[in-house]
Amino acid sequence: MHIPDGFINGATSAGAAVVAAGGVGAALKAGARSLAERQIPLAGLAAAFIFALQMLNFPVAAGTSGHLLGGALAAVLLGPAMGVTVLTVVVFVQALLFADGGLSALGLNIINMGLITSLVGWLVFRALMAVFPKHRGGATLAAMIAAWASVVVSSIGFVIQYSLGGQGGVDSATVFAAMTGVHALIGIGEGLITGTVVAAVLAVRPDLVFGTARYDITRGNGLGRKATAGFIAAGLLGAISLVVFVAPLASSAPDGLERVAEDSGLVAEDSGFGALFSDYQVGSVEPEWLGTVVSGVVGLIVTFAVGVILVTLGRRRLARRA
Amino acid sequence: MSGSHVHALTVHGHSPLHRLPARVKLVALGLFVVAVVATPRHQLWAFAVYALLVTMVLVVAELPAKFVLKRMGLEVPFVAFALFLPFVGGAPRITAWGLMLSIEGIWAAWNIIAKATLGTAASIVVIATTETPHILRGLGQLRLPPTMVAVAGFMVRYLEVVGDEVRRMRIAMAARGYQPTWLGQAKALAVAGGALFIRSYERGERVHQAMLARGFTGAMPDLIDDHADRSDWAVALSVPLSAWLVAALAVAA
Amino acid sequence: MTQPALELESVTFSYPDGTAVLDGIDLRVEHGERVALLGPNGAGKTTLLLHLIGILGGGGGSIRVAGEKLDESSLHGIRRRVGLVFQDPDDQLFMSTVYEDVAFGPTNFGVEDVESAVFDALTAVGMRDAADRAPHHLSGGERRRVALATVLACRPDILVLDEPSSNLDPAGRRELAEVLDSLDTTLLLVTHDLPYALQLCERAVVMNKGRIVASGPTGQILGDPIVMAENRLELPYGFTPGTSRS
Repeated sequence: MHIPDGFINGATSAGAAVVAAGGVGAALKAGARSLAERQIPLAGLAAAFIFALQMLNFPVAAGTSGHLLGGALAAVLLGPAMGVTVLTVVVFVQALLFADGGLSALGLNIINMGLITSLVGWLVFRALMAVFPKHRGGATLAAMIAAWASVVVSSIGFVIQYSLGGQGGVDSATVFAAMTGVHALIGIGEGLITGTVVAAVLAVRPDLVFGTARYDITRGNGLGRKATAGFIAAGLLGAISLVVFVAPLASSAPDGLERVAEDSGLVAEDSGFGALFSDYQVGSVEPEWLGTVVSGVVGLIVTFAVGVILVTLGRRRLARRA
Repeated sequence: MSGSHVHALTVHGHSPLHRLPARVKLVALGLFVVAVVATPRHQLWAFAVYALLVTMVLVVAELPAKFVLKRMGLEVPFVAFALFLPFVGGAPRITAWGLMLSIEGIWAAWNIIAKATLGTAASIVVIATTETPHILRGLGQLRLPPTMVAVAGFMVRYLEVVGDEVRRMRIAMAARGYQPTWLGQAKALAVAGGALFIRSYERGERVHQAMLARGFTGAMPDLIDDHADRSDWAVALSVPLSAWLVAALAVAA
Repeated sequence: MTQPALELESVTFSYPDGTAVLDGIDLRVEHGERVALLGPNGAGKTTLLLHLIGILGGGGGSIRVAGEKLDESSLHGIRRRVGLVFQDPDDQLFMSTVYEDVAFGPTNFGVEDVESAVFDALTAVGMRDAADRAPHHLSGGERRRVALATVLACRPDILVLDEPSSNLDPAGRRELAEVLDSLDTTLLLVTHDLPYALQLCERAVVMNKGRIVASGPTGQILGDPIVMAENRLELPYGFTPGTSRS
């Protein structure tokens, strides 16, 4: 998601620019040895590769399609320093040559899509590989989970930026609940694609994969169906957990403007739309946190169920048409 | 999306804007965007002035309006999201056209739409009047790390090459009846993605060999001299400085 | 000059896993000569070319370019003297504009007047007006010629071309031949295109399994059925070698 100008205020954007510059500078330094010469053209080619991959529509369900971020993929294939560099260049080029993403938001976008995705992807991958079986299946699963985590944490990064300087008029708790839950689902797609690409490279040229260089990864088979299904289930569980345990922590107290408005009698309390789960509460369920949890979980289940129904209908339709 | 996006962004011409050195335009763009973002959203007059400035530059650049409008289509998802805000924003609310809209939501929507549109339009004007290699070189002259400039250069150079390989793969797969409709069928795409990575990696190695063969010893050589005189800077900076004046007045008011 | 442009003596090279790719190569190319290097796929021809400019490192035997021996210290100089044109022009044209690509070499090698070198080279290949264009806007034949210009600008002692006529349409192939003909340089041409070899080179050398197995006037080599058969060389349908270049 490329944040445009005007979405996050100037102060936060400027701060993000400083953080981004620092992070990228550190990555350049860390990769200085390899980036100095031999791998510069490789990094450029990898950036073109990631860009091309981001442009590919991966079918999600019956007509809808999703897109890849690619940060975790770049980190597993090329290492964290290169991964950060490559993704940063991609974000940069998109903003400065394609006008995709606000110039003032460049720091924010680099943090979310360049720094966080690659770093989180790498750290999770390494941590998992320390305990996973050291063969292709293990590496594939580790890459899947790492990619999922990278997307979720990236969305949390956005939420933090929004809570600091968001100009959207929606309170942070709502943004959090909406963004993280959805991205936990999107992360499943990213995980599956990332894992499969890594597996494909491992099958042909395992020597090219930075993340598995320290292991003798040529033996073993790819990831089976059971493991893939397990990954999807785990991803769902992760999404639900986020809603159950973390969302209620976000304050549901009316934010500044709302409070002022209520106090001055401008508006009656809780004049929501009459939506089913207005203010993320369910009817008269007490305590409040349980209401948030229930509404969040129901929301997730509904989203997933709709997705599954669409998929099944879509497949049936296609089969009938064939 | 094909690699033709790369050259579709620049419009050939000989306007005063085309002739300005890249780094001058980039600095002006950056300063302009800062002014816009810093402007309080309720000072509507300021945004009118900004829009006027951008339009003036557009005219000087001799860019067809249709071209600019088409390129601004990138913005549409955010405009859609912004239009959503008056409906989900918090209290207080007003009633307009039979709908209950959040005041904060309306202002937030305006803020995003106005600033994002101005930022995108200004970017497009600069990008359209500056050749890509010049933009990258300009960034290098503005102290962007040389490694990043070099990587960006290679990225842009090989975008179309990689894009062509993607296109060929998809055609080959489609020719064998592959039309994935849901994620589970996307495996072939991902496997093709793996093949694409390997091909890109191997090409990266060959490019490095070609660089070595032409005397590359670690640092990209400085190949073109770009001269910018005072008048160039004065002309280019006149726009963002006017914007800053406006912004200062808007903030002070 | 009595020094040959290129002299290889007992050159050997093996991959890290032990496969011998170059198994004792002896090759000599005099100044002004045009030699075709023929042979089946997998004979080691491309490896030999990369090894010529010290990209692969290691290996045994000696390589001399215009009398200068290839070693750690002479690497930079040798790379200027050997103008290697790669098989895929997209690998060789890696800068954003034609001008920058052709200027890359001379700038790195410290050539005095880079701008003249660039425009002389572009004129020699008939691409003078393309200086400001991006490589991906050029046709296959144009890219091939610009790739040639990138090494010509370095004023090499010997031009080495790897499959120069591949992927060219007949007109492009002819245009390239005309350019090569007009250049007054020593030439080593690696090719599967036997008529091309006959057209451009007076001498041919056959390589197989890492060794030179035959050498002689091109027409003679192409007219020797045993040599041809042993090395998977076949003339295209309907082609009979007429007069070869003297």
